[in-house]
Formats: sequence, structure tokens, C-alpha cells
Amino acid sequence: MTTEAGSETEVKEKAEESAAEPDQSEKATEDSQEVANAEVEEKEKAKVKEKEEKEGKGISRYLPTWLKKQKSQSQTSPTKEAPPTEEPVSKVTQEEEGPAPEVNGHAEEVEEKEEVKSEQVKEKEAETHSNASADTEPAKEEKVEESAEKSPEETKETTEGEGAEEETKEKEGAVEAEGEAGEGQTSIFQSPLRLVRKNKMKLVVCHVTLLDGTDFTCEVEKRAKGQYLFFKVCEHLNLLEKDYFGLTYQDNHDQKCWLDPTKEIKRQIRSNNWQFAFNVKFYPPDPSLLTEDITRYLLCLQLREDVASGRLPCSFVTHALLGSYTLQAEIGDYEPDQPRPLDFISQLTFAPNQNKEMEEKILELYKSHRGMTPAQADTQFLENAKKLSMYGVDLHHAKDSEGVDIMLGVCANGLLVYKDRLRINRFAWPKILKISYKRNNFYIKIRPGETEQFESTVGFKLQNHRAAKRLWKVCVENHSFFRLNAPEPPTKARFLTLGSKFRYSGRTQAQTRMASSLIDRPAPSFERTSSKRTSRSLDGAPMISITEAGRESAENGREPHLELHSDSKSSLRVHGDNIYVRHSNLMLEDHDKTQEEVLKHQASISQLKRSFMEAPPPSPPQPNQWEKRLTSSPATIRLQQQQVSLAEEIASVLFSRQTDIGLYSTAKAACIFPEPPLDAVKTTSSAATTSSAAVCSFSAPQRPLATLSTALSATEVSVPQTEAATADNTTSDTKEPAKTTEVEIEETVVVQEISRAPKPGLVTVAASPPAAPSAEQEMREQEVKVQEEAVVVEEAKPRKEESISSESESEEEAEYHPYLPVSISHTQIPEEKEEEEEQEKQEEDKTAELQVLASDASSLPAEVIQPAEETSREEEESRKEDDTETEETEKTTNAEEEKEVERETEESTDDPMVTPDEAPNGLTLPEEGVTVIDAHAEEEEEPKMNGEPSLIEAEPLPQVICCSEPPVVKTEMVTISDTFAAQKTEIATKEVPIVHTETKTITYEAAQLDGNGDGEPGVLMTAQTITSESLCTTTTTHITKTLKGGLSETRIEKRIVITGDCDIDHDQALAQAIKEAKEQHPDMSVTRVVVHKETELAEED
Amino acid sequence: MAGLMAGYGHYTHAVVRGIPASLAKEALRSSQTEVDLAKAVKEHEAYVEVLRTRLGLEVVELPADESLPDCVFVEDAAVVCGDTALITRPGAESRRGETEAMKGALKDLNLNIVEMTDENATLDGGDVLFTGREFFVGLSKRTNQRGAEILADAFKDYAVSTVPVLDGLHLKSFCSMGGPGLIVIGSSEPAQKALKIMQQMSDHRYDKLTVPDDLAANCIYMNLPSKGHVLLHCTAEEFPESAKVLSPPSTFSNFVSLTIKHIHPQSWQEGPPSEQPNWFSGLDLKSTCLCCCSSCPGL
Repeated sequence: MTTEAGSETEVKEKAEESAAEPDQSEKATEDSQEVANAEVEEKEKAKVKEKEEKEGKGISRYLPTWLKKQKSQSQTSPTKEAPPTEEPVSKVTQEEEGPAPEVNGHAEEVEEKEEVKSEQVKEKEAETHSNASADTEPAKEEKVEESAEKSPEETKETTEGEGAEEETKEKEGAVEAEGEAGEGQTSIFQSPLRLVRKNKMKLVVCHVTLLDGTDFTCEVEKRAKGQYLFFKVCEHLNLLEKDYFGLTYQDNHDQKCWLDPTKEIKRQIRSNNWQFAFNVKFYPPDPSLLTEDITRYLLCLQLREDVASGRLPCSFVTHALLGSYTLQAEIGDYEPDQPRPLDFISQLTFAPNQNKEMEEKILELYKSHRGMTPAQADTQFLENAKKLSMYGVDLHHAKDSEGVDIMLGVCANGLLVYKDRLRINRFAWPKILKISYKRNNFYIKIRPGETEQFESTVGFKLQNHRAAKRLWKVCVENHSFFRLNAPEPPTKARFLTLGSKFRYSGRTQAQTRMASSLIDRPAPSFERTSSKRTSRSLDGAPMISITEAGRESAENGREPHLELHSDSKSSLRVHGDNIYVRHSNLMLEDHDKTQEEVLKHQASISQLKRSFMEAPPPSPPQPNQWEKRLTSSPATIRLQQQQVSLAEEIASVLFSRQTDIGLYSTAKAACIFPEPPLDAVKTTSSAATTSSAAVCSFSAPQRPLATLSTALSATEVSVPQTEAATADNTTSDTKEPAKTTEVEIEETVVVQEISRAPKPGLVTVAASPPAAPSAEQEMREQEVKVQEEAVVVEEAKPRKEESISSESESEEEAEYHPYLPVSISHTQIPEEKEEEEEQEKQEEDKTAELQVLASDASSLPAEVIQPAEETSREEEESRKEDDTETEETEKTTNAEEEKEVERETEESTDDPMVTPDEAPNGLTLPEEGVTVIDAHAEEEEEPKMNGEPSLIEAEPLPQVICCSEPPVVKTEMVTISDTFAAQKTEIATKEVPIVHTETKTITYEAAQLDGNGDGEPGVLMTAQTITSESLCTTTTTHITKTLKGGLSETRIEKRIVITGDCDIDHDQALAQAIKEAKEQHPDMSVTRVVVHKETELAEED
Repeated sequence: MAGLMAGYGHYTHAVVRGIPASLAKEALRSSQTEVDLAKAVKEHEAYVEVLRTRLGLEVVELPADESLPDCVFVEDAAVVCGDTALITRPGAESRRGETEAMKGALKDLNLNIVEMTDENATLDGGDVLFTGREFFVGLSKRTNQRGAEILADAFKDYAVSTVPVLDGLHLKSFCSMGGPGLIVIGSSEPAQKALKIMQQMSDHRYDKLTVPDDLAANCIYMNLPSKGHVLLHCTAEEFPESAKVLSPPSTFSNFVSLTIKHIHPQSWQEGPPSEQPNWFSGLDLKSTCLCCCSSCPGL
């Protein structure tokens, strides 16, 4: 959504500057329309304000989609033609776009409005134009060039705009959402006649430093997306195999970030500095497989710089060898008559610590290359460079669980962990089930090894949130590029995970190989230049070479940093992004699947999508319709259930779509509680409410969409639902809201192979009731978020429509990328085959089959799903809980009752540990609690509560995370790390490093069991007490699984009782406890935190 | 020199050191069995003879030093890879002196000498397994993290992964390279565990050859220009079962058998003839030890 927001901002600017000029550019038209809309909106706003919020969301869902589509068309690569969109559609889009800014009610906007009004008259005149706007799109490109003249103007604008942007950025999400909502309504009322005239396009001059050190300047429209510029650069370079490359920019914190091709440049760079660098983004493991020499040449240039700067360490001999090939490639054969070859060589930078001896060695080797062509020399260069252990490894600073400095290296094969120069661990992509980050923590969930029963999660601390996100993005991209056949559609991801919707949008290596195999052109001629490199290599590089003193002028200032990532602004979601890496089955599948099958598969997928997305009305649709579709589409539902199988992207996609609805609530919660501590309590509760509502709708697919929409759009609406659902709890909670603090944080829904379902709904029940009253404030925030999600959904839509036309589309992003028809090369085999992989293969195959079935069966959704469901059920049944709600209720009740307990923190965790209190059924395991944490994972499906049969299974399989100690290092295990022997015996206990003190196993009070009487088969997983001088901490973990109406939920409740005999900073202790609990179970969400303060220590009744 | 990092070089030299009389009484030992000094010396002689005559290596023989009872185990004193020799800082205090003579010998071979001067670092060559593509360094009683870091610094081209060695003296007490991409590994639990770790840590894939006895996993693989692939391993008398695994029919075709106690040089033509460069390996095979290195890479 960020993107959208940005555009809107621009719009404002444009409106200010020159709304008057009738321009053909579509954008302008849009802008003007926006203005018009804005007006309308204003008026309407007053009337419908309340409703807007509710309904708007629903509507807004789609609107953005259209917008996006159009934008993408207009802004993609220069070469790309913008297919004319249907007029009606375009209109809608325009209308939608317009109002957004005003909704925000920012000062700027207000001003603009006035202007807008005056302009409106003119705009009307321009109506005709606007109508045609869609068609005019193609003309855009031309315009861009034309607009070069206008550039100065633009610059100004940029500046201004930038400022505005900055301001708005934070609120972007909100603004957008609201705006869209407003639009939705507006559009309904607005007559198509209101068209606006357009503004000039604003062009901006971009400077791109190329790999040879030269500077490439080009102008792009201010709103251009990253890919536009990138394509321009590639065009300039005459590069076809461009997928290995990317553009970087320097963010405000001086970090190199990858420019996201799918987003507007302006919104990414966040400054007025339109300075970029062209770099290799994905280092091909085998450069000899590249098709064109020019590609290899560019890769060489990158590597030369990497080597010279010291980023790619190599030995003396290797430096010399690489240097000699460089000379051979760049200046050809050694000429004996050359007067002072050494002087010449010494002017070039080959190594960070270059010295005479090395130069002599280089010269010596160079002489021996006589006769080698430049292309051969490059090839030899690459053959040697690729063997270097750090080749293609993107390093990020981090700390392990113990605070030890380490480096995380992302590469084609997976994630490497270094301490100093030593590799201390390695997680191959196939081993990684999930990658996520939360604030400054970065987590990977590891597939259990042969001997392990459960997955483990490894966490690392990054410097800050941005760094964590950057790392996460790089991982997502690298995994996608190297392990997948086709990129994962971003939309879905978003839903699955609350956080960023970011996905790799380009072609995967498999696709690019396929594509480049089709390259049919005479090898382009290009010039290899060394001179430029000379000066450039030194900048930024930490090296000091005596010889080179003079020559290093930091001309291009290009310093390649290890950290490459695009830091896309994540609007409101502070929380965490999760990506689910479906275990890289795809690669494996390839071998087994014939091309035909793949095609079929894709076809069926697209079919699914089609049915799913069918015919969205061009005019503003009723809010509910959208939801209906979502809900009703059987395919989606089933797919969801299949999470177990997980392997297929498609499945996940659909899943995500559906899920998102429910999830949005989760997202909100997450956003709301970036910091779980007490303050958040109120907020939390509200969130909970919302989420519950969402859940309800989610779980009951059969229900009319209305539910969903309601949940999404109107907080108010949701509240009632929640209340209803929670009715029991409400009463009790409400009574003493003040005393009991409940914080519910819902995180991400994890889709794992293991079958973890959307947990979104879980917590809600208990917490919601109390929160409801106070919630309203929060509600707004939530709404905003909701809207964002809605937007996403919309985005998805267009694709689906597109998919109709092209089957291959299924997995790619609509805007960006060239759809490769079945483009998947099976050829590609990951270098390393691990035993695991082989094992996995089988699994995957199975999974694949399932999925295929599912997709094929799209028309018969229900049946397909079942296998998955059943599986999950079976698993869960063992610990089945009949009444999840009951539990919740109990909890609530207990919570109140437990006043004696000084504090109780309940967080939802993946860990199957349950609080003893509640666990009548529970097993007690001694757990070594870090400090104090009760993680409670509660997954409840409200639908059950409502008594509505839900077809959908949200199976949150709580997975017991067992700490698999990575063989080598302790470094790795953050959360769940070092184990103390004693505990190991227990099922799947996480081993937590004990801070200090002794561990005791505690027996638990029955008091809490009251509620459980209903017969929840919860399992008490662990109970342990850690005692230190002044503090006694008891941590109990309780796991409950419930299977109801096809839905299974798993809740993990951790109860932490902190008892102190002296003065304890309770707040701090609580905050700490929550924090630790979250760290411990990165993939679970904290749904509820109950804190009881009691002056006196008492046993729970 | 395309083969700069191509794994094993050709073996051209071997460095050995005589057995001091002090070995019997003063050497560091993990078990209390009696050492038959005379027998050890005899075996060692035979061993050197094989290297020199049978395999045609240029053998650099360092004189024994009575003040260094363990000096015969030359493997621990240095790690040679490519044109670089890292002189170690042995974990056992009593052995630190062994590096002096080694350093001199390697210098004479025109290798780039890198010394481990950090006083916090310890490293025994016996903990260093070079696979031709990367290093594994066992973190043992004798080798610490710092030592491994210095090794990583000395050989920058290669990944250096650390492997905890909980049991046994050295990493190579239970494993060694049996050929390009082939790891010979003992069947004990610690050995298998270590192997797993190595597999996890590596971007490369290795074949493994499991032998029943951990000690039998201590082999020397050499790539000789004149003889092809050669594996020195235990004799059938010593470890009958393991020897079976290591012997021709199962692993290699065509071997040259030497009936030297403890040592069996073999050569076989099977397997990839490629994988060139230079590698140093020492062998800590009972009373015998070896240090092979090739001449400088043919840059």
C-alpha cells in the first residue's frame, strides 16, 4: 500500500502545481480526478463519515487493485507496451485514487482541496480526456522523454514532495486506507463525468553508477517504479540477462538497499537523492551457465570490485591470479615492449592489500595468459572467483542469543553463520521452514532433523528493525531466486504473514535461465574498460594500498556493501514479517514432473484463481461482494486446509487470500502491540476484539460475506460479534477490567508444512470482552490496517483476471514481470544435495500431488481438502480439546482469580507448553524458563463459538519446538537454545538457557482447573521454577488442542508467576517476561497477557 | 593455474621426523599401553621407505629431538595448503618446540610461512581436515576457536568450519580424506556425529566411507603424478575389518600393497583423475607420521 500512498502524495503535489494543463498522461488525469473526488468526498464525508469507515474498507479492497494495475502498466519498462485498459475500468481507478489524500485531513491536503475546487471547473472540461486516459497510457513513455525539459520543475517538486512524503509516510497506510474507503463511497456517487485534467509529468534525473564506474543519467517520471529505471539501465547496458542484477540506493542510514522494482522509486529512496548503483544482486553459482558474455563481463566487474574492496576475501595467490585475468580481459595480450608494465599495474586496484610483490605476481601470471581472448579471460576469472568461499555471500551483522557478534551470510544455498571468519553453522534452504523477523529479531524455523521430532527456531538479533527487515528481504529474495521455479506471488504472502507483503518479484534463476536460453541475438559488442575501474575501486573500500595512493579518487563513490536490501517502507506494520519458505520442493519436483504436468498444474491453478476472482464489476462493487467471493470460493478454503501439504505455492496463495481476511485482525494486533508491556493492554484488548470478529467470519466460510466485510470494515460490527462469541467471558472480564490487564498480540499465521493454521482468531475470545469498551480508539487503527489488507486483496484481483488470459501467470506478480509461460527449468539442480533433501523429496512429491489434486479439484473444493484436514485432525486429536472457548473463559476467570499471583503473562506460543494451572490434562515438564515467561498460544476458532459450522480448518498445529542443537555452535540457537540435560527427556520441550539459579519442578495448583472441568484435554507440558535470591519464577506451559467442526486449534499457554520477597520491579519483570516469551516462540503470537498484581503471595485456589 | 583452488595438488614432498627415545616414556599418551620403542622405530623406517621408494616422494627427514618426545607427529606442527604453510601453535605446551624445525624445513621448500603468534590461539594440525574444497577444524582439547580463526585468515580462499570434537584427541583421530570428495570416517558415535556436522556445514557434498574402527579411519590420501591415487591405511593385521573396507575390492581397484606394519600404501586408478593442487597432510598413524607437501603451485 505504501506505493499507493506515495502516489497520492504526488498527486497532491501535482494538483498544486499544475492541474490546469490538460495533459494526456493518464496519471495526470487521475490526479485531477482525485481532486474532484476529494471534493465530493469531503461533502459526503460529513454525511457518511461513520459508514465510510466500515463500508469503505470493503470497497477499498478492490479499488487499489485497479490502481495498481494501471500504474504498473504505465510505468514498467520502457519497452513494455501498456495495453490499453478498458475505459470504464480506468475511470474507476481514477476515481478511487483521487480522494485518498483528503481523507487524511492533513494540513496539506486541506490546502490542496481549495485549489482543487477551483480547478475542478476546468477539470470537468477535461472530462473527455480523462475518459480516454486509459488508452493514452502508451503515450506515457513518450511523454516522459518530452518532459525532460520540465525536469527543473520537477526537482523542486521532488523536494517539496519529499518532505510531504516523509510526513505522510508514516501515516501512509492509514491515509491510504481511509482514502480508499472514502473513494469507494465517493465513486458510487460520483458521476463518471467528473474528470480532471492532468498535470505535467514530473521528471526526475536519476544517476546510476554502473559497474565499470561510469555514471548513467536518465530521466524518469517521478512516480516511476523501480523497474522502470532498472530497465532503462539494462537497456543502456544492452543487458538481457538482467535478473541477476539490481539497483541499490543508500537509505537515510547509509545502508545500501535494493530498489524494489515493483514500487515507486520515490517512495523508497526517501530523500531527494536520486542516486543509484547498478550491482549484481544474485551471484550465479555457475557463471559458465550464463548465456551471454556481456553478462559475464558485468559479473566480472562486480567481482573485481568485491575483491578489490576486500568484501570477497581471497588469498595472495588468488588475488594475483584474478588480477592477471583481469588484465588479460581488459587490455589483451601482454606486450613485451611496454615500457613499465609494473607501473601500469600498480595503478590498478586488485586487492585491498596490494603490494609490489603481488603486482609482480600478477604480471608474471598475466604474461602467461597470452593468446587468451577477453571472454576467455573473464570466464577463467569467474571460474576461480566462484570457488571462493565468500562468493555471493551477503553478510549481515548480527548477534546470537548470547549476544555474541556473528555474521549471517545469505547465499544461493542458504543461510550461513559466521563468527569472525569461521563458519559456525549453516542452514541450507531446504532445512528452513520459515523465515521471519520481528522488530530487530530475525528467526528461522528449522526443519527437524532425522532424529528430531520437532522443528526448532533459531533467532538472531540484528542491530535494529531495519536491519532485520533487510536481512529478511534478502533471504526471501535469495530463496525465491535460487530455490523456486517461479516467484511466489506477493499477495498471498502478505496474508499469511502479517507483516510485509514483500516477495521477490523478479524471475527466478530457473526462469531466467530458461529465458536466456531463448536469447537469440548476435553477441553484443561491448568495450571492456579498465581505466574507470582504477579509480573507482577504492572508494569506500577499507583498504589501504601504499602504491595506489594517488589514484583512488572516489569518483563514482560506489562502494559495494555487503548489505544489500531494499528497505521498503513498511507502512504501519511494525511488527514482523514472516515468510514461509515452503520447503524447496519445487526444485525437486521438477525432476519428477514433466513439463506437461507443470503446465497442467498451472492451468488448474489459474483456473482456481479465475473462479475465485470472477468478474469483479468495473464499477464500485458492493463491499460485501468481494468478501463473499473470498469466503465462498470453495477452492480457497480447501487449499487453506491443505496447509499441511504446504508445498505448493498456489495452495498457499489461495490460502493466504482467505486467511488474510481473518488475519487482518491479527495484523492489527501486531501493529498495535509492538511492545507488549502493560501500556498496550487496552489497545490489545480492542485488537483482540477485532480479531475475534474477523476470526468468526473467517472460520465460517459459509456465512455470507457480510461477516467478513463487517469485520474488516466496521470495528463496531465486529465488536458485537466478538462479544457474542465471548459472551461468557465477557461478563467476568468486564467486571474487573482494571485489574486484569490483557494484552493480546497476534502474530503471524504460520503456514508450514507441518500444518499450522491461521491462529488469528485465537486469543480473541477471552480478551475481547473487556477490551471492547476501550477498544474503540484502537479500532480506528485497526481499521486502517484492515484497509491495507483489503488493498492487498484487490491487488490480487487484477492478477487473477489476467491469469485468465495467461496461464503461466499463476505465480508471478502481475505488474512486473514478464510472464514466462511455463518457464521453469528443470535443469537446475542445487549444487549440494543433502541427504535431507532426498528425503524431503519424497515428502514433497507427495505434497505436490496433493496440491495438484486440490487445484484440479478447484471446482470440487471440499473433497480435496479433506485429506489434509484429516491429517491434521488426527494429529491434533490426540490432544483434542472440545471447548477451546471454555478454556479461554477459564483463563479469564482464572486470571481474575489468580490475583494472588503477582503476574501472569500469557502469550501465545508455538510451543506446546501449557500452563499448569489450566492443564488438568497437562503433563508437567520442568522447563527452564529464561527469566519469566509464559507463552500461551491460544488458538481458538470463534466460529465454533458461534456455533457455526465452519468448513474451513484453521489448523494451528502447535508444534512443539524442540531445540535441536545445531551441531556446531551455540551461537545459533537464540531462543531455544542450550539445553540442560535434565529437560531433554521431555517431549518437545524447548530448552531455554537458564539465567541463573536452580530449576525446580513445580506442582500446580488446581485452582485454574475450574474452567477446565469442561473436559479440555489440554496437556501440561512443563512447569518449572527458577529461584534466585529475590525472585521466584514459575513457568508453566500448557498446550491445548481443539478440534471442532473441522477446525483445530492449538493454544499454548504459558503462565509465569513471579514471586518476589523483596522489592521487585514488576513492570520491568513483566516486560522482560513478555519479551522473552516472544523471543522464545517467534512464530507464535502473544494473544493475551494477563497480569495480576498481588501484594501478597498466595497460592491460587 | 586454473586449478588454484582445485583441491588436492600433486604430492611431491613428505616431511617426517625421527622417533626420539623419549617417546616411550615421556610422550603424551591417552592410554597406558607400553610402547615398544624398537618396534616403533622399525615401523617408522619402513614407512619412510615406502614414501621414498615406493611412492617416489621427496622425503625431508628431520632429526628426532629428545627434548620433544612427540616430535615424530609432524602433522600437528604445520598445515600446508597451496603455497602457504601455517605453522601452528600446538595445544600441548610440551610440543610447542616442534614447530621450529618444521618451519625451517617448510621454508626450504619455498612455501609462504604464516606463523601463529597469538598466545591465545592453539591449533594442532591433527584437528585440521582439508577436503580439497574447504577446511574443517575440530575444536578439541588441543585446538581452540582462535586457532581456527587464524587458520581461516591464512587460507582465505576456503571456507573454514568448526566442528566440536568431544571425544578423542583430534578431529582426524577418527576421520580423514580417502580421496577427492571422500571422507573416511569411523563408526563410533562421536565420529558419526562429527560427520553429520560437517555435512551440514558444507556447501559441498562428500561421499563417506565408514570403517568399523575409528583409528582405522586415519589414512593418508595422496595424489601422485606418477602413481595416481594412493591411500595409505592400516593393515589387515591391525584392523582386519576396517582393512577390508579400505582394501581394493571394496574401495579401490588396483592397489599396491606394502606389508609394512600399520601402513598400507595403495594406489588405484579408479576415481576422478582430476582434482589437482597441493595439499599437505600429515598422518598420525600410530608411530608413523607424515607430512606431505607439494612444491609450490605452478603459478
